[in-house]
Amino acid sequence: MDKPEFVYVTYIAAPPEKVWDALIKPEATAKYWQHENVSDWKPGSRWEHRSSEKDRTVRLVGKVVESSPPRRLVLTWAFPADEARPEKHTRVTFEIVPVGGVVRLTVTHDRLEPGSEMDRGIREGWPKVLSSLKSLLETGSALPKLW
Amino acid sequence: MTGKYLLAYSRASVDIDRLLRAIANPARRRLLDRLRARNGQTLAELCRHLDMTRQAVSQHLERLEEVNLVTTVRRGREKLHYLNPVPIHEIYERWIEKYERQRLEALRDLRKRLEGEDDG
Repeated sequence: MDKPEFVYVTYIAAPPEKVWDALIKPEATAKYWQHENVSDWKPGSRWEHRSSEKDRTVRLVGKVVESSPPRRLVLTWAFPADEARPEKHTRVTFEIVPVGGVVRLTVTHDRLEPGSEMDRGIREGWPKVLSSLKSLLETGSALPKLW
Repeated sequence: MTGKYLLAYSRASVDIDRLLRAIANPARRRLLDRLRARNGQTLAELCRHLDMTRQAVSQHLERLEEVNLVTTVRRGREKLHYLNPVPIHEIYERWIEKYERQRLEALRDLRKRLEGEDDG
């Protein structure tokens, strides 16, 4: 494994399957992320992260590296302009581990170029997205619009 | 939330008093600052240039890990420490409303421009 640049953790009072669905179902991600994550989620498939506003602007793209529901999802993660340049793809690993009736969701982001636009963006983004996801699953309402 | 999850949640979720007590210590804040400057350090790296014993640093890191402000990853024989700002974001969200947030972010950006990037 590469040495990750960032490791984010949140504990969520929900079953692992619900947390998994909240990562891969466009109608769920739209609620707390204002973006739809779209793919068939099979290893090797393309995925995209697009605005849930009318214009459906695609903001991120990548490939599904590994998908083991409801425990582990590994994606490459890039700006659309860099889709054909694998060296520019960063990598995100989601791990869902049940602990004492709740789940520990870990998001590991690696292969980031220090100081890059992606590096700056995700530092601001992940804490917001994870707090909003936790709020949605535990209280039924997400945080107000994040972006 | 069903009863089963509620019970477990009260154990696993971080108590806000414990979180604030963990931050209310200059040595622990320094450790968080060092991780913010460079994420993913080992205990030995964190001890360098710090006026604390290895044992003290190790205990502070444990406290920070208990409240989920620090997470660790094992890589071979090394244990790497990461700053996890998610619980701080949850506190922030508790008292700051959407519209205030935009104004506060604008103020923060203005202050940064006027004072330079260094937050001191």
